Amino acid sequence: MANATNDRRKFMVKTVQSIGLATMGGLLWSGFAIEAEGSPLVLRPPGALPEEDFRQACIKCGLCAEACHNRESNIDKETGEQREGTIKMAKGGEEALIGTPFFVPRDVPCYMCDDIPCVPVCPSGALDMPSLLNEKGELDINKATMGLAVVHKESCIAFWGLQCDACYRACPLLDEAITLEYTQNERTGKHALLLPVVHSDICTGCGLCEKACVTEKPAIFVLPREYATGRVGDHYVKGWDKRDQQRAGLRKADEIETQTKRSEEKPVDYLNKEIEY
Amino acid sequence: MSLNRREFLKNSAAVAAAGAVGISIPQEAQAKAQEAETGWRWDKAACRFCGTGCGIMLATKNGKIVAVKGDPAAPVNRGLNCIKGYFNAKIMYGADRLKTPLLRMNDKGEFDKKGKFKPVSWQRAFDEMEKHAKKALKESGPEGVAVFASGQYTVMEGYAAQKMMKAGFRSNAIDPNARHCMASAVVGFYQTFGVDEPSGCYDDIEITDTIVTWGSNMAEMHPILWSRVTDRKLSNPDKVKVVNIQTYTHRTCDLGDFNIIFSPNTDLAIWNYLAREIVYRDKKGGGTEDIIDWDFVNKHIVFATGPTNIGYGMRRKGEPSLIPELPDGSAGKYTSLEMETIRKEMSKTISAKEGPALGPYGYVEGDIMKHTPGTLKHWEIPFEEYKKSLAPYTLDYVAKIAKGDPNESLESFKKKLQMLADLYIEKDRKVVSFWTMGMNQHTRGTWVNTLSYNVHFMLNKQAKPGSGAFSLTGQPSACGTAREVGTFCHRLPADMMVKNPKHRAHAEKVWGVPAGTLNPVGNQHIMKIHRDIEDGVVKFAWVNVCNAYQDSASAKHWIRAAREMDNFIVTSDGYPGISAMVSDLVLPSAMIYEKWGAYGNAERRTQHWRQQVLPVGDAMSDTWQWVEFSKRFTVKDLWGEYTLRNGKKLPNVIADAKKMGYNEDTTMYEILFANEKAKKNYPLKLDEFPQKGFDNSEALGDSRNVLGSDGKVFKGYGFMIQEYLFEEYASFGRGHGHDLAPFNVYHKVRGLKWPVVDGKETQWRFNVKYDPYAAKANPGGDFAFYGPLAKALPSGDLKGIKDKKKKPLPNKAKIFARPYMDPPEMPDSNYDTWLCTGRVLEHWHSGTMTMRVPELYRAVPEALCYMHPADAKAKGLKRGELAWVESRRGKVKARVETRGRNRPPQGLVFVPWFDEKVFINKVCLDATCPMSKQTDYKKCAVKIYKA
Repeated sequence: MANATNDRRKFMVKTVQSIGLATMGGLLWSGFAIEAEGSPLVLRPPGALPEEDFRQACIKCGLCAEACHNRESNIDKETGEQREGTIKMAKGGEEALIGTPFFVPRDVPCYMCDDIPCVPVCPSGALDMPSLLNEKGELDINKATMGLAVVHKESCIAFWGLQCDACYRACPLLDEAITLEYTQNERTGKHALLLPVVHSDICTGCGLCEKACVTEKPAIFVLPREYATGRVGDHYVKGWDKRDQQRAGLRKADEIETQTKRSEEKPVDYLNKEIEY
Repeated sequence: MSLNRREFLKNSAAVAAAGAVGISIPQEAQAKAQEAETGWRWDKAACRFCGTGCGIMLATKNGKIVAVKGDPAAPVNRGLNCIKGYFNAKIMYGADRLKTPLLRMNDKGEFDKKGKFKPVSWQRAFDEMEKHAKKALKESGPEGVAVFASGQYTVMEGYAAQKMMKAGFRSNAIDPNARHCMASAVVGFYQTFGVDEPSGCYDDIEITDTIVTWGSNMAEMHPILWSRVTDRKLSNPDKVKVVNIQTYTHRTCDLGDFNIIFSPNTDLAIWNYLAREIVYRDKKGGGTEDIIDWDFVNKHIVFATGPTNIGYGMRRKGEPSLIPELPDGSAGKYTSLEMETIRKEMSKTISAKEGPALGPYGYVEGDIMKHTPGTLKHWEIPFEEYKKSLAPYTLDYVAKIAKGDPNESLESFKKKLQMLADLYIEKDRKVVSFWTMGMNQHTRGTWVNTLSYNVHFMLNKQAKPGSGAFSLTGQPSACGTAREVGTFCHRLPADMMVKNPKHRAHAEKVWGVPAGTLNPVGNQHIMKIHRDIEDGVVKFAWVNVCNAYQDSASAKHWIRAAREMDNFIVTSDGYPGISAMVSDLVLPSAMIYEKWGAYGNAERRTQHWRQQVLPVGDAMSDTWQWVEFSKRFTVKDLWGEYTLRNGKKLPNVIADAKKMGYNEDTTMYEILFANEKAKKNYPLKLDEFPQKGFDNSEALGDSRNVLGSDGKVFKGYGFMIQEYLFEEYASFGRGHGHDLAPFNVYHKVRGLKWPVVDGKETQWRFNVKYDPYAAKANPGGDFAFYGPLAKALPSGDLKGIKDKKKKPLPNKAKIFARPYMDPPEMPDSNYDTWLCTGRVLEHWHSGTMTMRVPELYRAVPEALCYMHPADAKAKGLKRGELAWVESRRGKVKARVETRGRNRPPQGLVFVPWFDEKVFINKVCLDATCPMSKQTDYKKCAVKIYKA
């Protein structure tokens, strides 16, 4: 226990130091807009509010990173010491807004701890605990939406026909967040392609897939959901999927109006224009 | 010059098509295709890793391998690879390659077992080896000199090692890690067919309608074959069925139409259930259907059985390391806890679970079964007796003992068993049964292997295109080297046995050594070598192309014996691992593409490659190490009289040696390797294919000018030593059903499946339509199971032999009656969980190569303890936390994983063994199949608690 307390203190000191340094760095480099504002392409801990709100709410206290670093499942087998944690507090020169928590899956992914130690300690609500509660009121890491894994087909060797699926096997939600699509390899005539497909409704963005990917630069990588997803218009419902109406059902009828350049003019103004002939 | 796209495609396609049917292609076309990549030399090779045997192409530039590609012409993989194969170009370039011999020394530069490793010359290394091998010979005779051999030896290395050991040292204490891998399959083949290796081939996958895997995670361990299975399933999803029969859910189960999760060891009961369905539903078995192909069975099959009280291949009372027995229950070097299990080697009480199954053999629950050590003895029985042996395996009994997932209902489990029986039995449905370590690493591994053939034989679904039971091999040359070359303690090349005087005489003749040189006692299998070191008998042991101290169960005993007893352990390796660490001398070995070589894969396909690059540092091949070692021993050193442990004498053959033209000082090098036959028949032809343009560090020496075993620059043997070793080895099998093509042919084709007769490979053995040997043995017939071993049997019933007179069984195969029995160690209230070990796709065996590939290391940096979430919760363990996995023998710390690729049922954990930091073999039990001597790594009892 004494050790743990010591570690905790050490960690706190380190964090504070790095924030201090980072702040200085921030001042020095404030000419760079990204530095001052942070890139929007960073991954936040589980339960983080939407990026704009998160930046407002986060008080840069470092408790989430500390909890992540000091969690019991983060002990090195050989040394008995804590390993590097997933969550880092951004320093100068890093892509996130200085002092805010973020993680880089290729270095240390989120291991999706069942008890999510990083969230309950958040004093400001920037990491929103209620968003991670299941129906029974228990913390449920599967509800996290830290980001979304994206596969770049051209660099994914599974699409070449190689038998890889390292990302699939690394996925804590194997066969749910990543499934394999089986197709026949027409070139060889006797092998199958086993292609990873990410399902955005399940993927939490933990990044274990990105960490495991065996290509030089990962062919599967996690992006903030905002940047990794598209959205289908809610005026169309899949005729073959009864549940799809839920998606469109959120539409407010009284707000429905379309506008294009063509519809900018009032009808009367339009009509009162003379036609050329 | 550049090829335009159309020409390039044309050439590539021609290369691919030519390779696919196993014919050679004009060199010009090949060269033209190669020029497409300027500055790179492409040449073919086999993948370093598993028994699948994928073909690859390697690009070299400036003396380094710069790239790899799947060989589009290779029939197995058609240009594809798995992720281990994808990294073949990187495996030889880890930063910590061994580059010079290292010896444990004191400050004065003397060998000291407690000293630290320091670099020494090759000459010094061989001086020490010579000294200690001679000391071991003097103190223990030939049984005191041992080799931990390998299923990853090239054919030539294995042959060289075996020749020096058996003909030179007259020691049969050479046994490969393949013993741990497929020995049960081998004994299964011997007992059933009279000859080793599968009847079918991979083409079965494309032809079959049903793939049933038994104790095999093909998706991770044979990924390229699994992609072929997947493709077959996709080609006709409704007709083609995939069923997986496993002790836990894993990647392979993803494709299953249904999966059967069974309780460890009860695969014996499930096979017998299938056989019971076949027999009892058949008209002649008392049923109403026509199921058994009686025409086939009557013509080609006999029924047989053997003793059941054969023990578990553990240590036995009275062995030196079990003395003295103390009142606290301990015995010698074994604690009282360890002895709780080991005592079952002498006798056991028949349990309620196995009682019914042993009924027909004369046992009931509560009986004491006294064990006599494993025997291969068996005898013929009438069909009625076989039928009687199956009576206990009703659906109710089998479901009760075999259901492996406590959360599955009995009804659901029973339904699956019935569906499985229906699939096998369905008329005209082709079925392939695949298995790997689950059925081989098994204290009844031989039994369960033979049980698989029973089912296929009765249905006439064996040795036919698309149908057959097929043992998948783990290692790249477990078949090619360990089995075919015969680097086992009891074997000689081409299925010959050291026990058989005719076989010994034949080998002595081929090897040019006096009659009576070869030792007839071959019992030092790999676990026996470890035990003999612990007993102080083996005093010199050499680890070749394996990691014997990481891969053997009850590891603490063997490590302690190596480090603390009076012996000399040598490890040859490319990288430092556990075996090197516990050794006294470490030798730097050339790795796979740094030498000429050949591997034989699981479908009998032999594949050769040329040396692509020079070895790193002063590393030299294992062939070279053996040949140099042989220079240190003369006729008078090795060929005098010896008395073996069992009292048998090996005669002095020095006088006979002189009659053959040798003298007392003739070296084994001159007799076994650089003899007249070798020098005359296998000259260097540096201007001709395949030698032209390629290095040959053994035959020619090389530009590194390595100082050799005599302290002088090694200038090469001056003849084509790899061709000599291969051709001499091949001469054993030609004309005996193991025919191999000439050395040079293999350098043109993408491997050939033996027997290669009249230039043609064989797809289905024993089948008259496809196998020329079967056609010769049974002209006009349909099958001939012509294997010669154990082809005359006495007869009796399930309880024993009644008529000792041996009846010949030419061309027949056997169906064996063999019961379900418990393994020696099962979970109890203290050690409450089954432990199963195995592999992961990302890493090869003990990780010496793959843990040095950054991408693979990052993907899977450590071995995890996979367990059921409910078990973790009950034990107060959270995902990612460290837990102790502890057995009666030792404990390791591993991180708990309750999600992901391996999903065990409650009551079982899976811990892979690649990670030396999670040294799971300290926990595992060294019980073996008493017939095959293969360790059961899949079953022991552990407790798991928070670390």
